[in-house]
Amino acid sequence: MIVVNTEVIPGYVVTETKGLVQGNTIRAKHVGRDIAAGFKNLVGGELKGYTELLTEARRQAVERMMSQAQQLGANAIVNVRFTTSAVTQGAAELYAYGTAVVAEKGAA
Amino acid sequence: MWPIWVSLLPMLLLLVLGAGVGGFVERRHLAALALREKKYASITVTNLKRVTDSASAQHAAMVSGEVVIASDYLKTLLASLRNIVGGNVKAYETLMHRARWEAQLRMLEEARKIGASEVWNVRFETSNVRSSSKNNKAISVEVFAFGTAVIRQISQP
Repeated sequence: MIVVNTEVIPGYVVTETKGLVQGNTIRAKHVGRDIAAGFKNLVGGELKGYTELLTEARRQAVERMMSQAQQLGANAIVNVRFTTSAVTQGAAELYAYGTAVVAEKGAA
Repeated sequence: MWPIWVSLLPMLLLLVLGAGVGGFVERRHLAALALREKKYASITVTNLKRVTDSASAQHAAMVSGEVVIASDYLKTLLASLRNIVGGNVKAYETLMHRARWEAQLRMLEEARKIGASEVWNVRFETSNVRSSSKNNKAISVEVFAFGTAVIRQISQP
C-alpha cells in the first residue's frame, strides 16, 4: 500500500476516492523507562527508550489506518496527517489519518 | 555553616555534571549532525506540497524520522533563571535545533534507503514528553519529521 502525505501520488493517477481512514493508539511508558529518563534529564541527550516507544506506536497507528483502507478496497492513502496528544501524564495518543484512494500507475 | 554547605553539594555536583557531560554530548552531537548532513546533500528536501514533474516519478512513499531529546540539569536551571527576566532561552533553542536536525536526518536516512532523490511536503511536529513526577521541571521534547519521498526513473537526464 502506498502511503504519502501529498495530495497526489507522484507517478500515479488517483481513479477513485474511498474516504477518510484513521488509526490511533494510546501508549503508556513504564516506570523503568521513566527512571532512566529522569537520569537523562541531568546529563541531557537522546531518550532512546522513548524514541523507540513512539516510533513503534506511530507505526501501529499507521498500520491500523492501512488495514482500514484495505477494507474499503483502496490501495493507497494520500494526504496523511499525524497528531499527538497527551491523554494523561505518562500516556500519549498517536493518531494518523488520511484519505483512502484507488491509484493506478501512469501520468495524469 | 557545615550543614548548609553539605546540602548545596549535590546541586553543585549535578550542575557540574550537567555542564560537563551535557556540554560534551551537545558538541559531539552537533559535529556528528554536520557530518551526516553532507551524506544526504544529494537529496532535495522541500516543504512544497505540489510535486513538480510528478509524471516522471516512478514511486512515492512516506518517510519519517523522530527523536526524543532531554535537556540537561544546567539547561533546565538556565531556562528557569531566564524565566524570571524573560528573553531568549538560548539553552533550549540549541536543544530544539538539535532535535529537529536529528529527526530530519533520520527521515533522509530512510529516504536514501529506498533510493529516493527528493522528499516533498516535509512537516515537523513537536510535542512535549512529560515526566510523571510533578516537581520535575526538566523537559523532554519529541520531534517528528515526515514527508513524501519520490523515486525518479533511473533514466533521468
